[in-house]
Amino acid sequence: MTVLRNILIRLLTTAVTLFGVAVIVFVVIRVVPGNPIAMMLPPGATDADIAQLQAQYGFDKSIFQQFIIWLGGVMQGDFGQSISLRQPVANLVLGRLPATLELSIMALVMAMLMGGAMALLGTRYRDSKTEAAVDVSAGMALSIPDFLWGLVLILLFGVLWPVFHISGRISPSLNIDFSTNFYLFESLIRLRFDVWADLVAHMFMPALALAIPLAAIIAQLLKQSLKETMHLDYVTLARTKGYGENHVITREALPNAILPTLTLVGVQFTFLIGGTVIIERLFSYEGLGNMAIDAVINRDLPLIQGIVILFALLFTVVNLVVDMLYVVLNPRLRHA
Amino acid sequence: MSGYLSIRNLTVCLKSGAPILRSVSLTVSAGQVHGLVGESGAGKSMIGKAVLGTLPRALHVTSGEIWLDGVNLLSLSQTERRKQIGATAALIPQDPLTALNPSKRIGPQITRRLVDILGWSKTKAQQRALELLDEVHIPNATRVMRSYPHELSGGMRQRILIASAFAAEPKLIIADEPTTALDVTVQKQILRLIAEMQQRHDTALLFVTHDLGVVSKVCDTLSVLYAGKVVEDAQMNRFFMRPIHPYSAALLAATPTYTDPTGSLTPVPEHVIEYVEKEVAEHDVRAAR
Amino acid sequence: MRDARGGEKRPIGMRLWLSGGWLTVLVLAALCAPLIAPKDPLMQDLFLGRLPPFWMDGSEPGYFLGTDSLGRDVLSRILYGARLALIVAVIAGSLTCIVGATLGLVAGFYRGWADRIISRFVDIWMAFPPVLFAILLIAVLGPGLTSIIIAIVVIDWTRFARVIRAEAMSQSAMDYVASAQVAGRTRFGTMMTEILPNVLPTIVALLTLEMGIAVIVEAILSFVNLSISTDSPTWGGMISEGRTSVHQAWWVLVFPLITLFLTVLSFSQLGEGLKDRFDPVLR
Repeated sequence: MTVLRNILIRLLTTAVTLFGVAVIVFVVIRVVPGNPIAMMLPPGATDADIAQLQAQYGFDKSIFQQFIIWLGGVMQGDFGQSISLRQPVANLVLGRLPATLELSIMALVMAMLMGGAMALLGTRYRDSKTEAAVDVSAGMALSIPDFLWGLVLILLFGVLWPVFHISGRISPSLNIDFSTNFYLFESLIRLRFDVWADLVAHMFMPALALAIPLAAIIAQLLKQSLKETMHLDYVTLARTKGYGENHVITREALPNAILPTLTLVGVQFTFLIGGTVIIERLFSYEGLGNMAIDAVINRDLPLIQGIVILFALLFTVVNLVVDMLYVVLNPRLRHA
Repeated sequence: MSGYLSIRNLTVCLKSGAPILRSVSLTVSAGQVHGLVGESGAGKSMIGKAVLGTLPRALHVTSGEIWLDGVNLLSLSQTERRKQIGATAALIPQDPLTALNPSKRIGPQITRRLVDILGWSKTKAQQRALELLDEVHIPNATRVMRSYPHELSGGMRQRILIASAFAAEPKLIIADEPTTALDVTVQKQILRLIAEMQQRHDTALLFVTHDLGVVSKVCDTLSVLYAGKVVEDAQMNRFFMRPIHPYSAALLAATPTYTDPTGSLTPVPEHVIEYVEKEVAEHDVRAAR
Repeated sequence: MRDARGGEKRPIGMRLWLSGGWLTVLVLAALCAPLIAPKDPLMQDLFLGRLPPFWMDGSEPGYFLGTDSLGRDVLSRILYGARLALIVAVIAGSLTCIVGATLGLVAGFYRGWADRIISRFVDIWMAFPPVLFAILLIAVLGPGLTSIIIAIVVIDWTRFARVIRAEAMSQSAMDYVASAQVAGRTRFGTMMTEILPNVLPTIVALLTLEMGIAVIVEAILSFVNLSISTDSPTWGGMISEGRTSVHQAWWVLVFPLITLFLTVLSFSQLGEGLKDRFDPVLR
């Protein structure tokens, strides 16, 4: 029964966190001195016009009343109306979510591949120059945040050796009529590999910029974990069974070394998702983050609220999934 | 006959040059049990590790030969050596709690190498594993094969490790303090089991332990080790009747006997330690020349 | 069997010297900017727009690293930009450290309701995308140096609070803390004399790291045009401008980027190096 109880507690704290996020963002953005309504009307609009629109968006009420109304709407899936784009916030936000998800997941996969390869390399050739090189490059990669990596990549692969696109999500000429916003996934399903390649060429640099710091963390954690595992008796025993060192590392040590790394990677993945905000801006990638910055600049309060809540929800879902994965992958917990 | 495993003048040093094993020579004949006795830190486990090629990275063999089944292991490449070891030798490890991979079921941990390295069919390997689990007196073998290590007791796991060691019919088994980590009550059973399995499979066994009492029960011959040096090599019967080296004699006096378990124990006297230390120092001087 | 640790030692000395050296150069450059800058960083000259750096054809003497599209000297702007970057790094870094470390220490040592409240806030903060939070705060507070510093403190205090809380908790469990308590030391006294000195290496490492992060946050805010006013030279502002004209004049992006890159790297390497040096356990 403890499992059920843990899940319940978990859901409750999640709800409290989300509520806290909502309150903070709601209060903070309503202290903004600029009048969002005045910005959307043409110059020369009368005070009466402004008042009418304010009433329409509910800005004439107290912050507390506004919050209650907003919360009531959210319970029914209504996140209000965007001021600048004049569409329901829910539609706008859900329309952009797939782009950000695809970018984040691509970055995660790249980070795991790069970080895993580095950790394995450092373990296979431990106590050698190769391991020292892995340590130094991971240390460097970790010190520099994604934003700077993005700029470096733009210089390298956008200017010096222009092989990838430096802005946007897809070339306009290839924009086939997608029925979902998961372009990458859909183009594969529809076997449009030309479109898929174009999407990847657009995504490659922003995803890589997001992936580099995470790859460094994975490399460090996994290498440390592997190092500890390599000293254990069952690894020694496997060596005496006639297996080569590569087999010993990947088949015997790796499955056990991955587990402690996994939970930490979960938290780091939420940081990566947070990083998409500025990286999308840098590469003019049409995702949630880019939309969020526009929303802030345009003082589009309902849209800002919607996006922040969605991000917070995304983070909690990621943490939940990681915890579940941990249980699934760990035989000790699975059968307990 | 020089024996199935023959170690000649094996010297192992730390990277700093400090010797851990000082030209150790010993022989284990086919089908015989050879005990390797010494205090902790005497380097007895390192001999087993040197044979199996699992020395810690800080240590390396500086000279000597290790002949196993007519092949000098130290002349092989790492890969060849692993293959040779895998085909002819096996290890019964010290701590059954850490010697099984926690993320894999028991069955594959016994059968995989039979399939991977020896090229057996899966059914044959499976069959063999069940037979072996039966030999080590594990009831419900089919269910145990599907279990994870954490679901089994320490004694059970050590039985599985013993079964696994004999799986590929090795000619040599190295048992590295196989009972030290177990409860006293389980120790005897496991000891009996190892002796039983050794006789049934007619394997050469190198039995590493700090416990002379254990040696007296299972071994045919033994070597006494002090500070990485073999101070006495003897037949079992002769050794217990009349140890030659003063250190051996002192060690024997310091061991509780089953005939007189309540008798007073004598710690190894100071002058004996001095004597053996001097011997070791002389050896180092000779080696340096 | 932990002898493998020997392989993890790195050339600490070199790391400290290189990063410390670069930061010293930067501090000197910032202090002496009016003396050593070859040009007025704000002076525009449309006839001298997008001049390349000195080794390329078409460069003008006196404009070492070239000019941007408005004819402003890149080198001078980098030198003046260093002032702002360092001010933000030191002030925002220290304030964040003080706020975060204090809360972390209190939460980790006193536990109880203080811990519950602080940890709940940390959880809520962790659910915000930090960059979006920063941009939001600047939008609320209005552009300017003070706003940037406030925004950095508000966003990043959790970094200190989380780590220091965990450290303080593990230190509190140690026997020497209990014996200090038995010896009649007050709770507060124990925290200051027993816990604080032991978490200090971590605080120092986090502080230097935070200084690097503060520089980055400022650059990011400049990049989305939300930093200081547009006419005072900032590295982020230069990068933002350089990004748009990267195909015509790469140097406008490259030089501030290299400066920023080295600075952030130095701060974090300095932190790691100092931690290794001052950590009594690792030493």
